[in-house]
Amino acid sequence: MEQQKKVFGLAALFDSPDSIIKAAKTVTDKGYKNFDVHTPYPVHGMDKAMKLPPSKLGYVTLTFGLTGAAIALLFMYWTMSVDYPMIIGGKPFFAFPAFIPVTFEVTVLLATLSTVIGMITFFFYYPDNSHPIHDTNYMKSVSIDKFGVCIEATDSKYNEEEISKLFADLGAKSTEIIYFAEKVDRKIFEPKFITLLIVTASIVSGVAYIHLNKILYLPPFDWMMEQSRVNVQSMSSFFNDNFGMRTPVKGTVARGFLPYEFAGVNEPSSPLANPFFPSKENLVLGEKKYNTFCSPCHGNFGDGDSRLNGQFPLPPSLHTTKAREWQDGNLYHIIVNGQNVMPSYASQLNIEERWAIVNYIRVLQRAKNASDADIQEIKKESVKNVSR
Amino acid sequence: MSHDNLNFVKKELPTGFKNLGLILLLVGIVGGTISFFLNAEQAIFNYLLAFMFLMSIGVGALFLISLEYVAGADWSTPLRRVIEFSASVIPYLIVLSIPILLNLHTLFHWSHTDVVATDKVLQGKSPYLNEMFFAIRVVVVFAIWGLFYFLFTKNSKKQDITKDQKLTSINIKLSAVFIPLFAITASVAAIDFMMSLEPHWFSTIFGVYFFSGSVLAALSVITYATVKLREGGYLHPKMVDDHYYSLGALLFAFVNFWGYIAFSQYMLIWYANLPEETFWFLARWEGSWIFISLALIVVHFLVPYSVLLSQPAKMDSKKLKFAALWILFAHVLDLYWLILPTFHGESNFVNTILGFSFIIGAIGLVMLLFYFNAKKTNLVPIGDPKLEKGLNFRL
Repeated sequence: MEQQKKVFGLAALFDSPDSIIKAAKTVTDKGYKNFDVHTPYPVHGMDKAMKLPPSKLGYVTLTFGLTGAAIALLFMYWTMSVDYPMIIGGKPFFAFPAFIPVTFEVTVLLATLSTVIGMITFFFYYPDNSHPIHDTNYMKSVSIDKFGVCIEATDSKYNEEEISKLFADLGAKSTEIIYFAEKVDRKIFEPKFITLLIVTASIVSGVAYIHLNKILYLPPFDWMMEQSRVNVQSMSSFFNDNFGMRTPVKGTVARGFLPYEFAGVNEPSSPLANPFFPSKENLVLGEKKYNTFCSPCHGNFGDGDSRLNGQFPLPPSLHTTKAREWQDGNLYHIIVNGQNVMPSYASQLNIEERWAIVNYIRVLQRAKNASDADIQEIKKESVKNVSR
Repeated sequence: MSHDNLNFVKKELPTGFKNLGLILLLVGIVGGTISFFLNAEQAIFNYLLAFMFLMSIGVGALFLISLEYVAGADWSTPLRRVIEFSASVIPYLIVLSIPILLNLHTLFHWSHTDVVATDKVLQGKSPYLNEMFFAIRVVVVFAIWGLFYFLFTKNSKKQDITKDQKLTSINIKLSAVFIPLFAITASVAAIDFMMSLEPHWFSTIFGVYFFSGSVLAALSVITYATVKLREGGYLHPKMVDDHYYSLGALLFAFVNFWGYIAFSQYMLIWYANLPEETFWFLARWEGSWIFISLALIVVHFLVPYSVLLSQPAKMDSKKLKFAALWILFAHVLDLYWLILPTFHGESNFVNTILGFSFIIGAIGLVMLLFYFNAKKTNLVPIGDPKLEKGLNFRL
């Protein structure tokens, strides 16, 4: 059995750091390439003695450090100034000085992690659980108080007798031939292994079950109804008058609820000027709101010919001379105040929507009473559209 | 131990070096005097710049001496004399500060009692910022530094002859006392000579900022001198490139430290955006000052950082010499940026050029001090018990 073992290399143990440096130097000078030195602590000057080239690990660190800096900066640039710009502390969206600490942290994080992981995986060939020098007397000694050098059998100049002599000349305390461990084939579906797997799984899940459900029982989260806020239209002992809801401060106006000057007045003394330009967006909004709120009575085109015709006091047409000669402010007044049977629409429509409806009514009126110039214009438009 | 010391042969620095130092110092004195008669106000600001330059080299080196003792470092023992020579300007600081004390009114806004009478902020600070207390602080600070410089070097020189190990342990104890004192006195000096130029402004990190710059300046002088002296064969022949590496690593570390402190000072003020703090940076953002502010980032941080980043660069004598001189220049630029924006008087071109003579004179003074110190004492502390271990220092 012993003879079949494959030789990994020949190792020697030394007593002092000086002798291991000398040994490393001699081994290097003799031209051996595949060898390594093992010491219980870092011995200064070893790199030079072994003539090791500068480590390439620095490039891993540099690459990942720069990657970290780029990732952090781009991420903050994208989130803070492109995707969801927010003003924080009155600073610009791309607040570079404020990004520096985070960039620094991410740079250091990626650089250090990549150094450690890169060192272990690329330079130490992790995971390698069956390196031949594991579990040897050699390894046990060099991890306590001895200094060892091991020349591997793969070296082109490997010759056991010569190397033993070299080690002896250098003053080695002991030499040892290191063999590769025998390969043992283990089947995955071995009954022992399967039993162990099942036992482990049941113990782990059983312990987890008992722990979470019996020992550490957590009641379900069922107190969402009980909140310490004041509900709408309920009492509160916080204020002297016991009202939970408060009236707004005098002289303040809620956003979008500008009071209407002529509310409740029959005829406005000076109709408001239309603050909205009939832009495309405004008219689209007006059309939508007109069709929702006005067309059930006034009809889709303002003719007063809706499907309610005959079942209801006749809704007036919006194309009468009176309606056409009204100012925008008069139409607005009726939308806000109502007229005759028509109720107020102030609670359904906000200010912009009301004016949008007024603008849309103007469009309907102009379409119904188009001048010759308008018709010429429309013909030109349609020819253009056809030719396109 | 002693057979190693026999290898060391004491050599004097060439007289050409002395003459060059003397010429530079004379150029400085003559140019400075002319400048002073042409425009006293601008001259005194330039003088303060050169004074701070000398002070930062001296006190930074003194700190490094005590650091070696207190940390038990041995790699720097073979070149401790170089550090001691760099600190040798300290006893002269008190003399050199006389022109500043005579021109307090020109330099410092707070020294005008009529201004203080109408200024509430300055009134609050007047218990500290007044001429009498300023003079007392100057004397006390320089006396403390001078005392410790004297004690450190006396023990160190005595050891060359007696080879007494006790002297090292005395110096270790002195260093432990000196380092906390240094933290306070260096802050006081930085606040008095530079921060109080703008008495309305305050920054709690300013003392640390000056500390980082001064250690960097001292390290540059030490690095440049060590490389030059070793090339000329003045240092111990057993010194190797690994000693360079430690100097390079310290330089690199302090370049980073300076960047860290400078950025911390800037970012906190920028973020808080309080008008009583930001005006100091705004003054350095106006006109052509913006270019110096931005150049400082490149000159004082990015360039030395990239030069010293790799391991071989920290052991390369050419790169080290370049980095050391570059950092010294950056330090002067930094001091210029700290001091000169508070100069509001008339400036003329001739006087601006003559302003360089103060720095030239300061360099000449440092060279002369090196020459005379090297004449009197060994360039290697041959009696130090840590010397052999220091010489055998390897990475």
